[in-house]
Amino acid sequence: MRNAFAKAVNELGDEYSHLVLLSGDIGNRMFDGFKERHPGRFYNCGIAEAGMAGIASGLASCGLRPITYTITPFNTMRCLEQIRLDICYGDLPVIIVGTGSGLSYADLGPTHHSMEDIAIMRVLPNMHVVCPADPMEVRLAMKSALELGRPTYIRLGKKGEPVVHDVEPAFEIGKGITVREGSQVAILSVGNMLPVAMQCAEQMHAKGISVRVVSLHTIKPLDASLLASLFAEYELVAVVEEHGLIGGAGSAILEWGCDRGVDLTKLVCFGGADRFLTACGNQHEARAAQGLAPEQITQKLCNRLGK
Amino acid sequence: MVDLKMLAASLRLKVVEMAHNAKAAHVASALSCADVIATLYGAVLELDPDKPDWAMRDRFILSKGHAAAVLYAALSYKGYIAEIDLAGYGREGSLLEQHPCPKLPGVEAATGSLGHGLACGSGMALAARIKGLGYRTFVLLGDGECNEGSVWEAAMFAAANGLGNLCAFVDFNKWQATGRSREVLALDPLAEKFRSFGWIVHEIDGHDYGQILDAVKDISADAGRPTMVVAHTVKGKGVSFMEDDNNWHYRVPTVEEIAQVKTELGFQ
Repeated sequence: MRNAFAKAVNELGDEYSHLVLLSGDIGNRMFDGFKERHPGRFYNCGIAEAGMAGIASGLASCGLRPITYTITPFNTMRCLEQIRLDICYGDLPVIIVGTGSGLSYADLGPTHHSMEDIAIMRVLPNMHVVCPADPMEVRLAMKSALELGRPTYIRLGKKGEPVVHDVEPAFEIGKGITVREGSQVAILSVGNMLPVAMQCAEQMHAKGISVRVVSLHTIKPLDASLLASLFAEYELVAVVEEHGLIGGAGSAILEWGCDRGVDLTKLVCFGGADRFLTACGNQHEARAAQGLAPEQITQKLCNRLGK
Repeated sequence: MVDLKMLAASLRLKVVEMAHNAKAAHVASALSCADVIATLYGAVLELDPDKPDWAMRDRFILSKGHAAAVLYAALSYKGYIAEIDLAGYGREGSLLEQHPCPKLPGVEAATGSLGHGLACGSGMALAARIKGLGYRTFVLLGDGECNEGSVWEAAMFAAANGLGNLCAFVDFNKWQATGRSREVLALDPLAEKFRSFGWIVHEIDGHDYGQILDAVKDISADAGRPTMVVAHTVKGKGVSFMEDDNNWHYRVPTVEEIAQVKTELGFQ
């Protein structure tokens, strides 16, 4: 996803002449192409995320289209107040890109984990929260965020995630993408969990269960019409996210469902526990420790279906 | 040439009246920077109140947002808001909140939480360079505000990028909410701190219009470095019983006190 992001901003820089890229002293050689192609539009803001967010707001208020980029916990939590007041209060067109989200950097320890960022970003008025599922969605999300022109948080994984989509999907902020059709269970996959969700669907298919998989790339605003149809038509609606269970996509859907009065007994949420994940190993191992391995998700859903 | 002394007196009276009407705090914080604000709005800033979004306008950010009343008085003087609307300060339905609201014409950034304005202003100054525009960006900080680490993040960014079109003031009134600013944290030597951060630094009497004008006369991209004006001021300046009395950080003036303020400022 990181490389897809670098490639996307490089290309979008042509179309958006006011696009300005701000980095929090990461991405060493990653933006060389951007710097060469768009001179005067890349600034290393140093290890100073609060400053970077404020600078981005100043650029945006003067008609530019800044993107801030650094590791997720630092680009969301270190500068939360600047995002809230400098960017969201004025409804300014700043795109905040977090890289290494969720458990991407599991083996770097809890300082680098981000299991709270969706919760924190989605409570901010005017903010949009977008979690692209694969490198193809990263490019589409960047393009859509620039078209939107409002505060947008884009949650990336790391590098090397597989491309899941066979062909480029129609992408609209606030509209989920159906990646696999099915009729009994709907899995709403958030961001980089899409390959896991697809494996679950395959495993459940082998057990005779028909599963629809949706890339729920936008957590705010939620795709209300899609959710309404899923809760009406499916036996179970599962949410799978590499994020804590408190405040994430599952919580957002619970809030929506309470308000709408849908049958929330259909909802099953998969996410991280309410604790710091120390000594959790690599991403694969950390996911398994949180019940986010495909077999674990499949088993729990089958149990809920009584199969 | 605008009579800056008269303008500052008028801003001061409006501040005191607004604080009384709204039962609002921070009168003394607004009075200490009234001369800097009067000079900027009276004789420095290139603005077009009929076109608040004019791309070439100079930017001004009141980073010490709790002094909002004096900013509103200045915006009223320039014609961004009607004088009668100052009566709405702090009241339901008015955009004249006790900290500047970015929806109000003439307000460039939401301030009130301290430590935000210098980074926002750095972004505006950088935007001028990227877009090839000649406007200047001014930011007014409090001395207590310099406790915030984000001030120094922005200070390093502005210096690293040689933002000569950026000028900041510190309204160095020697007080913050609960004590002397040089005692709460190690603020001194403030001018030397900014100098060592790579800024052009002027240390002036923040109530002397000539010194204020002199400090800002060379602000332009060509300066190659941002400018910091450490303006020595008196908290509560202009009202004898408020001067250097930190109780007026929070106290609200009474009707009788307003009468005395009018006399002292030469309005009766």
